[in-house]
Amino acid sequence: MTLQPTQKTDMCENCGCGNNDHFHVHPTPGEGHLPHGLHEGHAHHESHEHGHAHEADGGWHAHTAADGAVSWHRHGGHGGQPVLDANQREAERNRGYFRARDMLALNLVSSPGAGKTTLLRKTLERLHPRVGCAVVVGDLETQADADALRPGGAPVVQITTGTVCHLDARMVSAAVDTLPKDGVRLLFIENVGNLVCPASFDLGESHRIVLLAATEGENKPLKYPPIFHGARAVVISKTDLAEPAGFDIALAREAIAQVAPEAEIIEVSSRTGAGIDAWLGLLERLLASDALGAKH
Amino acid sequence: MHEVAISEALLDQLVTLAEQHGWTRLSRVWVRMGMLSGVVPEALEFSFSAMATGTVAEGAELVMETVPGRFGCGTCGEFDLERFEFACPQCDGPLQLLKAGRELMISGVELMDDSPTNPEN
Repeated sequence: MTLQPTQKTDMCENCGCGNNDHFHVHPTPGEGHLPHGLHEGHAHHESHEHGHAHEADGGWHAHTAADGAVSWHRHGGHGGQPVLDANQREAERNRGYFRARDMLALNLVSSPGAGKTTLLRKTLERLHPRVGCAVVVGDLETQADADALRPGGAPVVQITTGTVCHLDARMVSAAVDTLPKDGVRLLFIENVGNLVCPASFDLGESHRIVLLAATEGENKPLKYPPIFHGARAVVISKTDLAEPAGFDIALAREAIAQVAPEAEIIEVSSRTGAGIDAWLGLLERLLASDALGAKH
Repeated sequence: MHEVAISEALLDQLVTLAEQHGWTRLSRVWVRMGMLSGVVPEALEFSFSAMATGTVAEGAELVMETVPGRFGCGTCGEFDLERFEFACPQCDGPLQLLKAGRELMISGVELMDDSPTNPEN
């Protein structure tokens, strides 16, 4: 059965791919159930999600100029009405859900092949089940990443987006619905490998973490500022390959500092294990500060 | 050409707003965009004018305002720029992006003279 989109919804504002109505959620086998609104693996979305009419009246008012020209304005939080606000609403819902469930949600982004899945695999080996972890992983097709991560014992949900180049808040919400309601303290959202489009889609995460592999160019942060800026941390991955690849880590650090001055930089090789302790240390600190925040 | 998709959302919003407020024709639409919104103004203008045909915004001028980002230079201090620069325009030293927005907002519209809407209503 193919569902026709009944309305326009969040589209990727960066590459123009508009059809994200046919993503699939693959829950951990034997766990969870398809949430309300999903059957036959397809997502339905209700008209209430479109949402932009709800606040349309708020703040719009008219002015008449001396020459009789009539203009209307709205002064919102940022001086206007958001053009793409449906995703933002869903992201805020997710944020509230994560807070209520005491989950720290991290959005992991990078270009394809930077090592997100391998880093997560190593992380789950060390962290789970001492800290209850869960993973939502997005790809265009296949469940390969979920299969690679499941031996870690944590619940893993694969989202296949079809042709869509990023995860959006609605996909994450549908996926998180299939996770166990309790015992998940740390939720990793492994985004579709892409340095452009995911930057525009808030998923409701607590922090965005960007991976930059030593097999990429040192100046990538300067080329893709939106995804790097505001990141809580940048992980320079595959550091064991830095030397053979001629990757200058100091140069990469400088580029990261220019675009994301507040980001912590961690050098990791998932293959050799170098830097994994520093990475786990960051996760522990984020969990601790999250728990502290939850008490207030 | 992702701006086609953005124009679609923008026109969607304008049509809804027009229905709510009784606007019949728009002569201008103001849009504010953060530097990190990922929008190319020229492409948005082009797709908007093409796609506005047959809507309340047909022929309307799209006025785009970029919200500047805050940059910092170790030597020259902090200042706002409307474009990404990673070398200080004054001393050519390394420049840091300190703060910039992702917002994309409709901030206002101007009605055509023949629009019957009374702003007092």
